[in-house]
Amino acid sequence: MSLSSKQKAAVKDFFSKMSTRSDDIGAEALSRLVAVYPQTKSYFSHWKDASPGSAPVRKHGITIMGGVYDAVGKIDDLKGGLLSLSELHAFMLRVDPVNFKLLAHCMLVCMSMIFPEEFTPQVHVAVDKFLAQLALALAEKYR
Amino acid sequence: MVEWTEFERDTIKDIFSKIDYDVVGPAALTRCLVVYPWTRRYFGNFGALYNAEAIMGNEMVANHGKKVLHGLDRAVKNMDHIKESYCELSQLHSDQFHVDPDNFRLLADCLAIAIATQWGSAFTPDIQAAFQKFLSVVVFSLGSQYH
Repeated sequence: MSLSSKQKAAVKDFFSKMSTRSDDIGAEALSRLVAVYPQTKSYFSHWKDASPGSAPVRKHGITIMGGVYDAVGKIDDLKGGLLSLSELHAFMLRVDPVNFKLLAHCMLVCMSMIFPEEFTPQVHVAVDKFLAQLALALAEKYR
Repeated sequence: MVEWTEFERDTIKDIFSKIDYDVVGPAALTRCLVVYPWTRRYFGNFGALYNAEAIMGNEMVANHGKKVLHGLDRAVKNMDHIKESYCELSQLHSDQFHVDPDNFRLLADCLAIAIATQWGSAFTPDIQAAFQKFLSVVVFSLGSQYH
C-alpha cells in the first residue's frame, strides 16, 4: 500500500499546515496512547510519571513528532532514510511494532481534533498510509 | 462481565446524548470506505463508490451510516449486557453479510475520529479512552457469534 505521488503531496501539504501545532499534537498523541492503551506504559517504567499529560510523556511526544516530521522529508525513501532509527527500535528499544499502529491512530485523532476542516477523508487516507509506511520502515531491522 | 466506572458510564451516555447522529454516522462510514477501501466489498449495491468524492456524496452511504450508529443505541442502554444484546446482530453479520469482524474495529476507529472532528479538545484523553473501551466491547460482541 505505497503512496501515490498525489498522496505524498497531500501528506507534505497537511504536515506543513500542521507545523505550528506539531508539538501540541505530538504531546497530546502520546498522552492519549497511554490513556487509551494503558499497556503501552510498560515501555516507560523508567519514568517517575507516565500518566497522560505528565511532563515526560509530553516531552517524549514532542520528540516522536519531530521524528515523524523528519520522515516526511524522507517520504521517497523511508526504509533508507530511517535505517538508524530502525536499528534503535529493533536492538535497543524493542517496542512491539503493534504499538506503532496504536500511536498512529492517536496521532490521527489529534489531527482531526485540531484541524477538522483540513483533515478530510482524502487527507486521512494519505496520512494513515504514510504512518503505516513509517511504521514498516521502523520495523525493518527487527528480524 | 465488563466492569464500568461511573465516569465511563456517564461519558458514554453523555456522548450519545450530544452527538448528531445524522452527521457522525455518515462521517464515520464515509471515512471507513475511503480510508479502508476493501470495506467497499460489502456495499456492492450502493452505487457509485469508486472514489472519495463519490462516497462522500452517496446518499445510501449516508443513510447506512446513520443506521449503523443507531445500532450502538442498544449497547448504550444496556452496558452490562452488551454481548447478549448483539447475539442476533452478530449472527446476521456472520451468516448473512459475511463481514470480516476486523472491519468492525476499523469502523470503530473511524467513529472515534469522526467525533474528534466534531468535538475538538472537548474529546479529552479520558473521554477517548472510555469511548474506545465501549467500542471495543461492541466490536468483540459483534464478532462473538462467528463460527
